[in-house]
Amino acid sequence: MELMLALAGNPNSGKTTLFNELTGSRQHVGNYPGVTVEKKEGEYKYNGQKIAITDLPGTYSLTAYSEEEVVARDFLVNKRPDTVVNIVDASNLERNLYLTVQFLELGIPVCIALNMIDVAKDRGLIIDDEKLSSLMGIPIVPTIARSGKGKKEIIAAAVKIAKEGKKRESLQISYGDDLDNILLEFEKKIQANNFMTDIYPARWIALKYLEKDNQIIDKGRLENSRLSLSLEEDTKKITEHLGKTLDTYPEAMIADYRYGFIKSILKQGVIERKYDHNRLYASDQIDKVLTHRLLGPLIMLTILMGLYHITFTYGAIPMGWLESFFGLLGDTVSRLLPDGLFKSMIISGVIDGVGGVLGFVPLIMLMFFGIAILEDSGYLSRVAYMLDRVFKIFGLHGNSVMPFIVSGGIAGGCAVPGIMATRTLKSRKERLATMLTAPFMNCGAKLPVMALLIGTFFSENSAFLMFMLTLLSWAGALIAAKILRMTIISGKETPFVLELPPYRWPTLKGLLIHTWERSWQYIKKAGTVILGISIIIWAMMTFPQMPTSKIEEFKQKRELVYSSFPAPVIKELKSKDEDSILSEKAQELGIQILKINNTESEEKLKNSIAGRIGTSLESITRFTGFDWRTNIALVGGFAAKEVVISTLGTAYSLGEIDSEDSASLGEILAKSPHWNPVVALSLIVFTMFYAPCFVAVVVIIKESGSWKWGAFSIIFNTVIAFILSIIIFQGGLFLNLTGG
Amino acid sequence: MAIINMRKMKKNQSGIITAIKVNGELGRRIRDMGLVPGTEIMIQGRAPLYDPVSIRVMDFKLALRNSEADYIDVEV
Repeated sequence: MELMLALAGNPNSGKTTLFNELTGSRQHVGNYPGVTVEKKEGEYKYNGQKIAITDLPGTYSLTAYSEEEVVARDFLVNKRPDTVVNIVDASNLERNLYLTVQFLELGIPVCIALNMIDVAKDRGLIIDDEKLSSLMGIPIVPTIARSGKGKKEIIAAAVKIAKEGKKRESLQISYGDDLDNILLEFEKKIQANNFMTDIYPARWIALKYLEKDNQIIDKGRLENSRLSLSLEEDTKKITEHLGKTLDTYPEAMIADYRYGFIKSILKQGVIERKYDHNRLYASDQIDKVLTHRLLGPLIMLTILMGLYHITFTYGAIPMGWLESFFGLLGDTVSRLLPDGLFKSMIISGVIDGVGGVLGFVPLIMLMFFGIAILEDSGYLSRVAYMLDRVFKIFGLHGNSVMPFIVSGGIAGGCAVPGIMATRTLKSRKERLATMLTAPFMNCGAKLPVMALLIGTFFSENSAFLMFMLTLLSWAGALIAAKILRMTIISGKETPFVLELPPYRWPTLKGLLIHTWERSWQYIKKAGTVILGISIIIWAMMTFPQMPTSKIEEFKQKRELVYSSFPAPVIKELKSKDEDSILSEKAQELGIQILKINNTESEEKLKNSIAGRIGTSLESITRFTGFDWRTNIALVGGFAAKEVVISTLGTAYSLGEIDSEDSASLGEILAKSPHWNPVVALSLIVFTMFYAPCFVAVVVIIKESGSWKWGAFSIIFNTVIAFILSIIIFQGGLFLNLTGG
Repeated sequence: MAIINMRKMKKNQSGIITAIKVNGELGRRIRDMGLVPGTEIMIQGRAPLYDPVSIRVMDFKLALRNSEADYIDVEV
């Protein structure tokens, strides 16, 4: 039978480094069902035998307060790995052993990888691992995960435990007279009733009742509600008693005694210190500069701007390659396939849709690479530390800054990698609020829309207005986050209590694995869900088709034009190629035909589902100053915001226009009686705030673990956009700024 | 020797925790990090906006908000 090992340990203990070192590329990342915690599994060959290894999420404890802890705990009791390899940071032994003790209390087979012994040595810590092993009663292997030192030995130790297959007695710690007595009482009751004892040790269940562990109590109520209630009642009594006599709580005492147990072990000559333990480490010296009151924020700004700059400057190069590749593919297919619906679907639905989505891959890879450096080096937690005070006000977390910046906090980002960057936030509520508001930032796709409208209506103040709009996007995102945190994602802020791990050089292997696995998850998504939605949007803009009578009408119009020109001119136009220079007559004919074609496109669009939605929305959007053309453009903009421009082009009978070169559209808008600066500003703000593009929505669904949040973001954002646009347009009307 | 609130401690000041006066998730997280009575801590610094505070506990560095430090009494 295949052996199954689990790696468990504190965050920053080198657990994932060891996992990467063991499994290399033979690993895959998924999610635990129903939660956003990453599930990493891999394989290791030991003496020709395949061993399955699971990298459990890093935790400090085994309570039920965080998703990570629940996932780790459930895995250990439900999947029952043959051995748990507990990675313990040797340079931070006391706190790391706190988790070890909890494994032992749970009675699972454990061995310790005493990791980073080199770091401990540099810090003047000498650890007697043999002594620690005999005191704890479990095998201990010193390791240096970064270099792979000790990896064979730790696996050998784990395999040995697994093969022995001995049932482990769970560790019994004394929790003081008061609690010991009640624990014994609980244990008796639990054993007499076989109360969940098939899964957990009796004493452990008793401890969890005293700790008021919600998950276990809920399970207990289902299993035997009478017994559960009596245990809960007894817990209440002892809680009151401890409160009166000792001014403490059972859970506090349990933690105290656990740490006391560890201290008593370490005191028996396990650790020898060469230096005073308050001596500053190299890492503390670096912090003096990097978190300095004035220098710190400056350096942080430089680093974040630098990362942003690199992502979008260098990301643009391979993005361009991908774009040209899909452009070429589109052209080729266009030549090979006969005109018609199928061709239109393949080009506008499949190739443009998937191409547009895969175009983001270089950005995502670069951004995750950058974030991996910040994360693995330990700097990201300093960013959270420095910015927490600001973001806390809005119900967010210090680490919310990165997703906001990547999403376009400095105009020109992209919400897709931005939403994915919220993975650095470990607290669920703050993460959700960040994820839902990051799309308000001015991403690269909104820029052409803004550039066109600002260039047309506000050319004198364009730089100033652009700056104000960037501020507006931040204000909008932060205020919306605050609103969310006060309403539907309400609840107390997640405790900040954050470890600032020592600075370390990231390993290239770790960075590459990290970057690849996250990018791959995105690519997989592009091939499935996003392809489907892309085809739906195409269909909405294509069906129903114009009635044949209408098509016939346009055909006749064209024939009428043709008939008014002599045959040689028609022949000249039809046989033209790219470099031929047309005669004046032929040019005139060309223009007239183009006009008819464009009017036909406009009519087709108006007749489609998207067009009908746009037209029927006019009754509402007149409050924001949008006519049906703008509405269609906004519906199309759900595919990608820059599509707003090309769709407006079609709606104004300009044919397909390039979002980069929209001068002709600008001229038309400037002359149109429908348009004025107030309408333009209303549309700019609407485009900034309304529903995220569907790729972003799909990513929100994936990252939040529920389609409901995707639906919510579409509705919530559109409502906000609508309110802001009404304020602008009606305000403009009121102040008589519409010029009409 | 005096017992003061952790928020009131100055930079580089050290002391021994005497009590953690909070329950529930926050209390649990604080204790999980080894902040239990009897543990020695040292204030290492404060963030640019004076909050959070960073401290040395045992052999590692921890940041917590002032509002969280309020629940921790320290003998200095």
